[in-house]
Amino acid sequence: MIDLRVEFAGLVLKNPIITASGTFGFGLEFSSFGDLKRLGGIVVKGLSLKPREGNPMPRVAETPCGMLNAIGIQNPGVEAFLRDKLPLLPWRETAIIANMYACTVPEFGELADVLSGEEGVAALEVNVSCPNVSQGGSAFGQDPAQIRKVTEEVKKKAKGKPVIVKLSPNVTDIASCAQAAQDGGADAVSLINTLLGMAVDISTRRPTLANVVGGLSGPAIKPVALRCVHQVCRKVSIPVVGIGGIVSAEDALEFILLGAAAVQVGTANFLRPDQSFRIVDDLPRAMIKARSDSLAELRGSLKLP
Amino acid sequence: MLERNCREVKVREVRFLGTWDEPSDFVELTLENPGWDSYRPGQFAMLRAKRWGLELPWGRPFSISRVDAESLTFFIQVVGRGTTRLSRLTAGEDVIIWGPLGNGFSAPADTPTLLLAGGMGIAPFRGYIEKHPTPKALHLLFAHRPALDFYPYLAMSEKVGAEAIQEHSSDDLPGIIARIEAAMEEYSGGLVLACGPTPFLRTVQAHALKKNIRAEVSLEKTMACGVGACLGCVCKDGQGKHVQVCARGPVFAAADVQL
Repeated sequence: MIDLRVEFAGLVLKNPIITASGTFGFGLEFSSFGDLKRLGGIVVKGLSLKPREGNPMPRVAETPCGMLNAIGIQNPGVEAFLRDKLPLLPWRETAIIANMYACTVPEFGELADVLSGEEGVAALEVNVSCPNVSQGGSAFGQDPAQIRKVTEEVKKKAKGKPVIVKLSPNVTDIASCAQAAQDGGADAVSLINTLLGMAVDISTRRPTLANVVGGLSGPAIKPVALRCVHQVCRKVSIPVVGIGGIVSAEDALEFILLGAAAVQVGTANFLRPDQSFRIVDDLPRAMIKARSDSLAELRGSLKLP
Repeated sequence: MLERNCREVKVREVRFLGTWDEPSDFVELTLENPGWDSYRPGQFAMLRAKRWGLELPWGRPFSISRVDAESLTFFIQVVGRGTTRLSRLTAGEDVIIWGPLGNGFSAPADTPTLLLAGGMGIAPFRGYIEKHPTPKALHLLFAHRPALDFYPYLAMSEKVGAEAIQEHSSDDLPGIIARIEAAMEEYSGGLVLACGPTPFLRTVQAHALKKNIRAEVSLEKTMACGVGACLGCVCKDGQGKHVQVCARGPVFAAADVQL
């Protein structure tokens, strides 16, 4: 029996497969497709202090091997999450990671304060990389000084809970952003969020998305994600969570070979709603293919020229 | 809010049972029935052919047209990349399917019920008529542009009172709207169910609200997940709040949705 357990940043996960924010709702939407307890972790839909209605429609567009989204962090607010969703989640068995979105540094602190007081929240993921909102989001994530400031503030209010900073690829040097998060006291970084993109409808001569631009995700972005994770793993000493286009156990192992402690699965949840559970099941077989029975042995074992 | 279907929904891989004589823009897709006999008409499913690989990452949402012991039937118009591929499935090919999803139409027995179908909106009413406890109480009014024989209208008109009106040009529109509104008034003490393009649904909704007629409308949206997670298919409810068409609909009481 292959041991799939991973430990990083104070978290203990039964396997390295975590569902990514915005693609898995609050987890409960998927409970009939698989046992949520089998997942390493669940990052819930981005939460803000107050409920948000999000962007106008249309908000999503399918693109070759990927998709664009401009949802705009529609969410019921942190209080409704803690009251209506968290108690129904198997948080004792699976790490529930709260993804946080705010427009200002003090708001991030306030959110962290509320969420970190909850026993059922295993860690905080700081979203400084959403491309679909006019304030906050990637406006923070494109400036290393701001990333550091937000991280310091969240860390101050996190009551010892692990703080993971989710980074944007829409920057010149993602490694320096990761460094800023580390300098601010982050326990880990997760990357990449979506790549800023656009789709056009020639029949209407309009952008396909009402928001004009949106975030590209899915298998199309995996090579960019691998490159970013590679650069960040070589720069920082804190653990890295790999995200971007992972649809299979083999894809997950590619990120782990680069040095990722764990991975997040996003758009693949739309291929079929049981895909994350299938990746968990398939991991031992993929490890045999990589001729290893240990994630620790595989991790960071990439042979560079 | 309408009653939600809480049955266990799983992902299934089922065989395509049909064959095609020639390419067509209107196809009846039959799949192996994975045990959906107790589905509620108006519910939908997400379909994705297994061999699509990664190029088309989303399933495609279609209302379930009918279910019999052996098969599920979807009535599909070819409009894009996904529907084109679905219209060219080969016999025995595996299709990934999850459902039945969403809520479905009300189906009260012995209640005079008007079924208003616009074009492809006829799809869910085929199963609705077949499963209804008192089909004698139903009347189908079908508005369409392409010729009637593209649609499964004939099979339906054998079972319930039915009338079809074709829109040959936009000049026909005022007459069609007048007929829809007059028919709705005949069912003002009963129930009106509508499925079709958004302008068609707006006409039905406006008249239902004006005349205080109990009506339900079924919406169509592009969807990525079909299960309420991605928030890509939202509409505004009666209070102006965004709600998922997949999980909170696709059928809404006329007063509970902004079109």
